[in-house]
Amino acid sequence: MAVKTIERKPLTLAERTYLPQIFGGLIITLRNMLFRKKVTVEYPEERPPIPPGYRGVPTLVMDPDGREKCVSCQLCEFVCPPKAIRITPGGIAEESEYAHVEKAPQEFEIDMLRCIYCGLCQEVCPEEAIFLQTTYSVTGTTRAEFVNNKKKLYEMGGTIPDKHFKWEKKRKAAEHGNAH
Amino acid sequence: MEITETILRFGLGLLVISLMMGVCMYAVLAERKVSSWIQGRVGPNRTSVPLIGSIPIIGRFLTRLGIFQPLADGGKFLFKEDVVPAHVNKVYYVLAPIIAFIPALVTISVVPMGQYLDAAGELKTLILADVDVGILFIFAFASLGVYSIVLAGWAANSKYPFLGGIRASAQLISYELAMSLSIIPVFMWVNGPGTDGTLSLIRVVEAQSGWWFVFTQPLSALIFLVALFAETNRLPFDMPESETDLVSGYHTEYSSFKFGLFFVGEYANMTVGAAVMSLLFFGGWQPLPGITWAEIAAWSGQPLNVGVLGAILAFGCFAFKTLFFLFLFIWVRWTVPRFRYDQVMRLGWRWLLPLALANVIVYAIVITVLDAGLPSFLQF
Repeated sequence: MAVKTIERKPLTLAERTYLPQIFGGLIITLRNMLFRKKVTVEYPEERPPIPPGYRGVPTLVMDPDGREKCVSCQLCEFVCPPKAIRITPGGIAEESEYAHVEKAPQEFEIDMLRCIYCGLCQEVCPEEAIFLQTTYSVTGTTRAEFVNNKKKLYEMGGTIPDKHFKWEKKRKAAEHGNAH
Repeated sequence: MEITETILRFGLGLLVISLMMGVCMYAVLAERKVSSWIQGRVGPNRTSVPLIGSIPIIGRFLTRLGIFQPLADGGKFLFKEDVVPAHVNKVYYVLAPIIAFIPALVTISVVPMGQYLDAAGELKTLILADVDVGILFIFAFASLGVYSIVLAGWAANSKYPFLGGIRASAQLISYELAMSLSIIPVFMWVNGPGTDGTLSLIRVVEAQSGWWFVFTQPLSALIFLVALFAETNRLPFDMPESETDLVSGYHTEYSSFKFGLFFVGEYANMTVGAAVMSLLFFGGWQPLPGITWAEIAAWSGQPLNVGVLGAILAFGCFAFKTLFFLFLFIWVRWTVPRFRYDQVMRLGWRWLLPLALANVIVYAIVITVLDAGLPSFLQF
């Protein structure tokens, strides 16, 4: 690469006294002080805008009919790098009309002290049952408070309207005589 | 009578000291607020006190302005753990912050703050101690402040305070010269032929009833201002502290109230410096260049220079100028980056000192010519 030498102009007397520069700087800072818009977000009252794709607290979600989507396949548990997820597999309660159609977790715990918000659980989930929400502020006073159990996970996650009508398809398939 | 006089003096002293402390506290707040505004932030705006803070609009406004923040800051300095590291020289370690604090409070006692005519038509000056050596007294005590930094740097017995102390002593001694030389022309002008010689600041202000000295002697004012920045260890001459290369310089090992004393001492020095600057070059309590309160009073027909009103107006004028220079200190701090140590030394010895010397000589000649006319060999 060719080296290009640049002629530096010698400083004028005014520049060497440094005073006009200081004066110019003072004008700039005064203008900033008086007219510039404040960039501070006053946190508890004001919240920063959350960009789409933000990785906050992982939660479990239900489908529009209020059924749990998780089938306790445990893929998230295995993929989780810090091993924050612990699933106790189980089935759907016998009295439910969906018993024996799918499985469901008996207990589902995410330890927020371990979670690194990587989003791998959301990425790996074949049922789209686990989603990272926009909540970024997780507080508590004991270690136990940071372990989100299944009830809490569904409370935080709520319902996500999805386009996969798995249960509907399964019902129709069963009506036509082939269970799977 | 004697006792009443003593109590009155004592009360006045307390008043001036509390005024000074108030200014220092709010100068710290101003520093934080102004730096925030300059950087596009909002600054301290949460601290509140129960009763005043809950007044509907005013309380909220004051809280947002951070008016109660100095109380919290002061409380923090008082109640934090006062760590005395095991390796320090205890006597000097304790002595240093006291020495940092006292000169600033002593010098304020000879700073005149205003003049008014009392009921008997006698000219009174708002000053604690009217000593004739005025400015010399201030310089003598202000330069004691360097001992605090040297002692703190030495007593802390660790490398950063030590380096900070060395830098500070070199810097303060260097700029002291330029500072003292820069005001000599002012006193040459004040002490015209046929007057009693004086170094009193009151006389300096009275001499500025015409044009202020900043207009007649701009170079003196500039040298004095630059040297003042260096003497008060303010940016861009923030050598002794220089957080980036010396952690925080001479007060690295200090905590709690001792650190608070250093901190307040710095602002007290700034306040006195700003006051002296406005007295020497910006006409003190004179309202506008070329006009005095007496002239305004005569022109408007109102007793604006008499009694309490006169005192308040004159003091207000002086306070306004002083506060402006305090603001200038803060404003420059958040505008100009710090000089390198060798640059500071070069500026002090190779620019300001020769310039101040030349300034003295030029003004000596000019003032002589103005007073006595041209010498015979130059007359045609």
